[in-house]
Amino acid sequence: MFAYPDGRQALFGVDFTIGRGERVALLGPNGAGKTTLVLHLNGILGAVAGGTGSGKIQIGGTDLHREHLPEIRRKVGLVFQDPDDQLFMPTVRDDVAFGPANLGLKGAELDARVQEALVQVGMQDHADVAPHHLSYGQRRRVAVATVLAMRPEVLVLDEPSSNLDPASRRELADILSGLDVTLLMITHDLPYALQLCERSLLMDGGRIVADGKTRDLLADPTLMAAHRLELPYGFNPLSVPGPEQ
Amino acid sequence: MSGSAGDGLLVPTGSLVHRLPAQVKIVALLLFVLAVVSTPAAVFWAFGLYAVLLLGCVVLAKLPPATVLRRLAVETPFIVFALLLPFVATGPQVDVLGVSLSSAGVLGAWNVLAKGTLGVVAAIILSASTGPRDLLAGLERLRLPSTLIAILSFMVRYLSVVADDLHRMRIARESRGYAGGRAGHLKAVAGGVGALFVRSFERGERVHLAMQSRGYTGRMPLLSIGGADRGQWLTGLTVSLAAIAVAVAARVVGL
Repeated sequence: MFAYPDGRQALFGVDFTIGRGERVALLGPNGAGKTTLVLHLNGILGAVAGGTGSGKIQIGGTDLHREHLPEIRRKVGLVFQDPDDQLFMPTVRDDVAFGPANLGLKGAELDARVQEALVQVGMQDHADVAPHHLSYGQRRRVAVATVLAMRPEVLVLDEPSSNLDPASRRELADILSGLDVTLLMITHDLPYALQLCERSLLMDGGRIVADGKTRDLLADPTLMAAHRLELPYGFNPLSVPGPEQ
Repeated sequence: MSGSAGDGLLVPTGSLVHRLPAQVKIVALLLFVLAVVSTPAAVFWAFGLYAVLLLGCVVLAKLPPATVLRRLAVETPFIVFALLLPFVATGPQVDVLGVSLSSAGVLGAWNVLAKGTLGVVAAIILSASTGPRDLLAGLERLRLPSTLIAILSFMVRYLSVVADDLHRMRIARESRGYAGGRAGHLKAVAGGVGALFVRSFERGERVHLAMQSRGYTGRMPLLSIGGADRGQWLTGLTVSLAAIAVAVAARVVGL
């Protein structure tokens, strides 16, 4: 349960478990509480952050408590929707180094970690560029790298495919499907969810209303219509391959 | 060195001046400006020497003269002020081309013009030879408080984002047929600034969330830049030391 300081309640009993290495899409209409939920996962919102709310969150066997916050924030990497919010340092290298530096890494170890993360998203040639000189797709990839540099166990992405052109969208999918982490991805891009995530959670009105195989959820027209979800024109979830297992 | 095309005011030429560590150049600029402002205005030859020193730096840094001249435009308000001085200052008058001017005012105008121009050119050389990120790292190396560094670095990062916001708001206004005349435009811009403030404030909050979620605990990590060795300090400060020598000579001779 969680209510914003202005009294608007955003979450009403959300209960789910995601297994290690699972890839899960978080679907739902605007205002369903998806972003609010993921901001709880590393203690940005909720009781640990000094707000209201009740409930219990456990990440990789660690309870989300105030004293565990640094540990939880290392384990859960959050990629925000707008890369301009995520990238705030003068150069790509500084930005990717921000997280690991907060973890106490320095010197050669820090440089190696930055390089590793940039290679994972194919941006190693842009380390000394200022973020505002990158294309939107490149910024999104660097935003993913800033989180990967902390070697998270869970990668949480808020609408990773929004505002990307088709090629950037596909490149990001290639990167995400190659990562060895647990993935939770908020998205309105239903084909993207089906391509990357075996399982989906459907949220509406601050509750989880469905939890199952992405293909089954997308192929259920009654469920979809009840929660303002619509497939793109001509898209049949039963006729596409889905994620490789 | 960081430096893609259009990185702040940087003009990448890879010259000796560009390769000097930023902290050396910042100290050199400060010393040079101090030397210039402490020179009595009436010792004209000293200013000639300063100008020669700066010209040498521009050549050494391989900066295009046209760029330097164009950037001198920031000085315009001071020039206007300087040109007003001879007309408004009091004291003994001199006749120049039939116009009666205050002699103290003429000297004052020269003082503002000469010192201002020298300072601006020196700053142009620094900004054209050092990327914004290196400047910040240099200031950090010089022990500027980290809070100030953080504020400056956010400003460097978000200036273009905010400028884009402002640009989009103007386009949105004009594409809906806005034509309010001069006063109307001013009013719209004032309203736009308010909206821009709210937008920037909200962005600040989101950036803070993003920082927190990557383990920010109130201390920005250092930008870290290598220290400068003795040779680099000596090279970098040559011009400033020469300027200080000129300033001392001007004091001694000028008195």
